[in-house]
Amino acid sequence: MSEATENKPTNAARTMSRRQFLADTARTACGVGLLGLGIGVYSDRAGALPANALRPPGAKPEEDFLAACTRCGLCVRDCPYDMLHLGKMGDDVPLGTPYFFAREAGCEMCEDIPCVPVCPTGALDHDLTNINDSRMGLAVVSDEETCIAFLGLRCEVCFNICPIRGEAITLDKKHNERTGKHSLFIPTVHSEACTGCGKCEEACILDEAAIRVLPNHLVQGKLQAHYRKGWEEKAKAGEALVTPDTEHRYNLPEGMRYEHAGEGLIMDDADASKSDAINILNRGFGD
Amino acid sequence: MAKPFSEIGNDAIQSKGWLAAHKWLILRRVSQLGVLALFLLGPLAGIWIIKGNLSSSLLFDTVPMTEPVVFLQMLATGLVPATDAIIGVAIVAGFYFLVGGRVFCSWVCPVNMITDAAHWLRERLGIRGGARFSRNLRYWMLGMVLLLSAVTGTMAYEMFNPVSILHRGIIFGVGLAWSVVIAIFLFDFLVAKRGWCTHLCPMGGLYSVIGRYSLLKIAADKREACNDCMDCFIVCPEPQVIKPALKGAKKGLSPVILASECTNCGRCIDVCSEDVFSFGTRFNKYEKLGSEIGSAQKV
Ligand code: SF4
Ligand code: SF4
Ligand code: SF4
Ligand code: SF4
Ligand code: SF4
Repeated sequence: MSEATENKPTNAARTMSRRQFLADTARTACGVGLLGLGIGVYSDRAGALPANALRPPGAKPEEDFLAACTRCGLCVRDCPYDMLHLGKMGDDVPLGTPYFFAREAGCEMCEDIPCVPVCPTGALDHDLTNINDSRMGLAVVSDEETCIAFLGLRCEVCFNICPIRGEAITLDKKHNERTGKHSLFIPTVHSEACTGCGKCEEACILDEAAIRVLPNHLVQGKLQAHYRKGWEEKAKAGEALVTPDTEHRYNLPEGMRYEHAGEGLIMDDADASKSDAINILNRGFGD
Repeated sequence: MAKPFSEIGNDAIQSKGWLAAHKWLILRRVSQLGVLALFLLGPLAGIWIIKGNLSSSLLFDTVPMTEPVVFLQMLATGLVPATDAIIGVAIVAGFYFLVGGRVFCSWVCPVNMITDAAHWLRERLGIRGGARFSRNLRYWMLGMVLLLSAVTGTMAYEMFNPVSILHRGIIFGVGLAWSVVIAIFLFDFLVAKRGWCTHLCPMGGLYSVIGRYSLLKIAADKREACNDCMDCFIVCPEPQVIKPALKGAKKGLSPVILASECTNCGRCIDVCSEDVFSFGTRFNKYEKLGSEIGSAQKV
């Protein structure tokens, strides 16, 4: 720049053409820069994944994924269930990248994970060799008002369809307050096991699923690092770390104890015939 | 001078016959459509010779290929690519290093058929004027694309790249990809003569660089026979590359078209009634002329 503004007395024409050159260069740089800015802003807008779109198993975190994925569709081709798609122009997903919608068709969690090793770029992490370790998303029971399990009906479809049945979703037995005498079998998701395959959302029998599978970062909470769970610390240390537990005293009949760690009432002489309420009461009065 | 566009190549058709005067053009279209057909054979007929798309693909389920512009964008984001991508880009770049980078443009790229059609129509209708760009703009574009990846940390240009959008659209489902086709066509038809491929496309830019020292080159080896009909200059997408080879005899320049922007399309061979041009290696005739000419011809 300084060279051009300094007058070079030797050759006026040369200076002119050099000025011309610099002006042209500056103009080109500005034009291309503006275009780049436009593409950058556009790709930023259009580059966000909608909440219900999930990446294939082993996908790197979204930012790295968009840096690595060449949008070749090899993962899509090697999925034997054809449940992965490449974002078409006009779709709501970043152009050309692979995704699936759980409600349409979830991942079948193939044991050999054919979609991953074929990825040439590592956008799908080749270190993923056990499909149970994949985290495509996390299931959440998102609507307790319509999930029929909460209404007191037996459903358990999500529980039964889950490829890691009994681990990613368990049925928690709760008292049905409405009837006063029945149980609710509440589907409860466990993040340490759920892979986010989406089968539960796909299978949910409602018109609109009451269980949804969403990207982990949208649903998963994170406890502050300083939290310590007293009961876990106690188990680790083998004793209470704060004030020692005082010995509880109950006026229990002979042969009965109370266990605070969860077992509750214990009868040393646990004979089935003697363990019903009447017997216990009777025993208290000494038979 | 102002020969109507419709008469370009007539001399060649007269002297060689229509087929011979369109030989390379036809072969090129066969190649372009053939590549698309190979990619479509899988999804349409279940015959998986090649899988994926131009950005990355797998040949016979074993040979990985990755497109160099995509690969450079990946590098620019700061990511370390997986082995397959590295092997793949070496295979692709190696191939184009030998046969000429812009062989991709004229023999493979699907956008080329669109821009060629736009150019043909533009010339047939005699549309003049419009925007003018420097041919070097494509290298600026390439720089911008890589800078964009570095800044955004994603392959931002892939949201925009008409080559990958069109190819992926054909193989994996069109969506709105046809709008890109129309945009590129209209741009070349109305806005700028040979606007996209000859001036703007950053892929064309990188492939020019890759093929700079390619083995396969076009040569005007019978340049004494040139009758100055100028047909080759009219049909050539990069006419600036012809002049040094065709008219450089007095300056002692090699008849080999050494400029990296030549797409090795062979259209100049087709339209020349005097058979001045032919395919050869970068060394044919080059050595015969002596080494001092060789160094003067460094492009
Ligand atoms: S694990 Fe199987 S079903 Fe799931 S995406 Fe991969 S190939 Fe498809
Ligand atoms: S195989 Fe890998 S690079 Fe290709 S589309 Fe799938 S995730 Fe992207
Ligand atoms: S997404 Fe649903 S079906 Fe899949 S593992 Fe998680 S809970 Fe089970
Ligand atoms: S310049 Fe770009 S769009 Fe044109 S043929 Fe080459 S790669 Fe394709
Ligand atoms: S010089 Fe010939 S081969 Fe090269 S681009 Fe021009 S017409 Fe095609």
